[in-house]
Amino acid sequence: MREGVQRRGAFGRLVRNPLGAASLLVLALLVLAVALAPLLASQGPQAASLAHAFDGPSGGHPLGMDSAGRDVLSRILYGGRTTLGGAVVSVAIALVLGVPAGLYAGYRAGRFDAAASWTADLVMALPAMVVLLASRAILGSNVWVLMVVLGFLVAPSFFRLVRGIVADVRGEPYVDAARVSGLSDLRIVARHVLIVVRGPVIIQVALVAGLAIGLQAGLEFLGVGSGSTATWGAMLNEAFQNIQRSPVLLLWPGLALGVTTGALVLLATALRDALEDRAGTPPRRRRADALVPADVSRDDRAELLSIRGLAVAYARPDGTEAEVVHGVDLDVRPGEIVGLVGESGSGKTQTAFSVLGILPDGGHVTRGSVIVAGQEVAGLPERRHRRLRGTTVAYVPQEPMSNLDPAFTIGSQLVEPMRHVMGLSRKDAAARALDLLRMVEIPEPEQVLRRFPHQISGGMAQRVLIAGAMSCDPALLIADEPTTALDVRVQADVLDLLRRLQAERGLGVLLVTHNLGVVADLCDRVAVMNGGRIVETGPTDRVLRDPQDPYTRRLLDAVLDDAPPRAPWRPVEARSETA
Amino acid sequence: MSTTASPTGPLLSLRDVHVSFPGRRRRARTEVLKGIDLDVRPAETLGLVGESGSGKTTIGRAILGLVPVASGTITFDGERIDTATAARRRALSRDLQVIFQDPYTSLNPSLTVGDTLAEPLVAQGGDARATRARIAALLDRVHLPADAAHRLPREFSGGQRQRVAIARALALRPRLVVCDEPVSALDLTTQRTILDLLLEIQEETAVAYLFVSHDLSVVRCMSHRVAVIHRGRIVETGESAQVTEHPEHPYTRTLLLSAPVADVAEQRRRRAARAAAAGDF
Repeated sequence: MREGVQRRGAFGRLVRNPLGAASLLVLALLVLAVALAPLLASQGPQAASLAHAFDGPSGGHPLGMDSAGRDVLSRILYGGRTTLGGAVVSVAIALVLGVPAGLYAGYRAGRFDAAASWTADLVMALPAMVVLLASRAILGSNVWVLMVVLGFLVAPSFFRLVRGIVADVRGEPYVDAARVSGLSDLRIVARHVLIVVRGPVIIQVALVAGLAIGLQAGLEFLGVGSGSTATWGAMLNEAFQNIQRSPVLLLWPGLALGVTTGALVLLATALRDALEDRAGTPPRRRRADALVPADVSRDDRAELLSIRGLAVAYARPDGTEAEVVHGVDLDVRPGEIVGLVGESGSGKTQTAFSVLGILPDGGHVTRGSVIVAGQEVAGLPERRHRRLRGTTVAYVPQEPMSNLDPAFTIGSQLVEPMRHVMGLSRKDAAARALDLLRMVEIPEPEQVLRRFPHQISGGMAQRVLIAGAMSCDPALLIADEPTTALDVRVQADVLDLLRRLQAERGLGVLLVTHNLGVVADLCDRVAVMNGGRIVETGPTDRVLRDPQDPYTRRLLDAVLDDAPPRAPWRPVEARSETA
Repeated sequence: MSTTASPTGPLLSLRDVHVSFPGRRRRARTEVLKGIDLDVRPAETLGLVGESGSGKTTIGRAILGLVPVASGTITFDGERIDTATAARRRALSRDLQVIFQDPYTSLNPSLTVGDTLAEPLVAQGGDARATRARIAALLDRVHLPADAAHRLPREFSGGQRQRVAIARALALRPRLVVCDEPVSALDLTTQRTILDLLLEIQEETAVAYLFVSHDLSVVRCMSHRVAVIHRGRIVETGESAQVTEHPEHPYTRTLLLSAPVADVAEQRRRRAARAAAAGDF
């Protein structure tokens, strides 16, 4: 049941995982042994001879005899049939109930979803053991009936899992595209939804099977099982009653249970890794990476920000490194706005992040020098870099909304850092927050301080972040696509604000952007990046008017500002006549 | 000239279309579209410009039947489609198609490009052999190598994925494609090549586009006519040159002046004009 539905690639990964291979092997051996019980056991599970009660291991009975003189090996093997079979029944019923209901509820939402979710919550709230005991009193002590009831009880776990995933997938544009392609809902579910649900369901099957086996054994151990039938739980019960006389009888069913549930849980873990195709995490770099110093004199360098020969590399999972920035030189003078322009993957953000010391995991500066206000920051320990970020350098990110914590008010997000970094009292910090919001031209700042991020617009959120960046009175502002997520009218306002701050405070700005219009609007100088290198630097007007590098020229050619408007439409027939 | 099907008459018409979304927790419904009138003629591109939240994307989704229309009518080729049944909707997919903004989420990551392209063909009952031939033709049409069919979306760049999405939209030879910000997620240089591809395809197949974008410069060079949408209402419609060079509505004017251009002197002039016009809208 488990292996059949997987992709070959995932199965290959599962088998290559030692944990997966071992647990699969154990389970396969167990199933095989149980299936071949008549061949392996010397007698039936119920064949008893009181004369041999509590006999130790002997030729035909390698595990000895129990209190009624029955062969322990035989009972383990035949009992496994009931135990494993019961688990299969429970899981099958849970799958049949939970998965289709979850698919339907997640995909269609509405009333069915509400009713099914309510039912699922109710069932999950019931204590399984109590329900099983009650159902035994009503339905009789048949182990199979109990496992059917258990199937109903665990069905909500599949329902909830599937419903949650489907509800997420339903909103994906590719599902919309499939609908527009003319696919029926059934087909969309089969093609686009099942594939996503499959992995988590397979993992859940392994976990639920282990749970079912454990619960069943627990019931039997309490003596609530099907009396005469051999199961591992019943054997435990029987052994427990004779624990003084022959403690070893506890060992065999206990071992069988432990190995089976253990193997199932480990298999679930291995399945998760295999199905989610987890790449190994890149090795953490050592702190003391020797930095290759750039061989440059200090006299031609800007006093605010000066980058020479900067290279940034990322560790690959196999231990090698991929260099993404290959030797960048860049200067920002006090009071100057410098644009760093490039397309995705050009390395512009990596360069900015290196200055800030916030490269993502695995990324690090491999060589070069970055001097911020007289201090070398390449290779600076995180603690000292953090101090620099709070005081000399400030950062304005691209996505204003995702950079505000939805759980806190605007006020607390401005006030707390000031109290922490600048040591202001709560009152002083609050007053300063108000001043900052006024400075970034936010109307009704007192009210905005009390609002939560979802209650303000994107443009307002970006102003709040700029206010936060200004709170420590920085000398250098690094803005990473600060207006990309904003509408043009809001963008124009934010650009005006940045221009004003720069003029009033003599702020130096490194503006990372892909938008040449923003560069023309704001920047004194511009550096164009392509493939991890700066291909051209110069005064904005000169670079935009008379680009020297072929890449800059290509970039400018792609700008549509000067493209003529499209000619008016003419009927199709008229076109072919004149063409 | 034939007189039966008028070649100059609209292919798609929206009349007084209202769309509203249910409010959260017993709040009133929010009206997203407040009476939209639009026409798209055969082989025409109508540009639809607006800011986020203006309702521009909702118009496209209403046409495609992805959101219900509260009142008003949508007519395609003389047939009313806003009330179409699910079965009729599926048949309409032959004529009405879509290209979404984000080429990363609009392709199912676990299906090969070939499977994605086969989807509309198989749904309309194409046989395996014809489907394979059509996929090869489509890949060629959007300038992707033939072996792309056997690869997964993650092996392609954003621009290449958008080509796949275009090929999927073209698979059934539609007469109208809703292009919902088709180049907004792409790099500048890639954007240009995708726009050229769309123009090339229109030239060849006489498909009509409803071209939805926030970028006036893109809309201007792509569209015969431009409609400007603001808070659920169309505030201005006209020939591309008319709307983008001599806008009449103050909102259009602000929109135009707000978009920065890559020319320092010209941008300085616009900034001054925008400051002078401040308070106008």
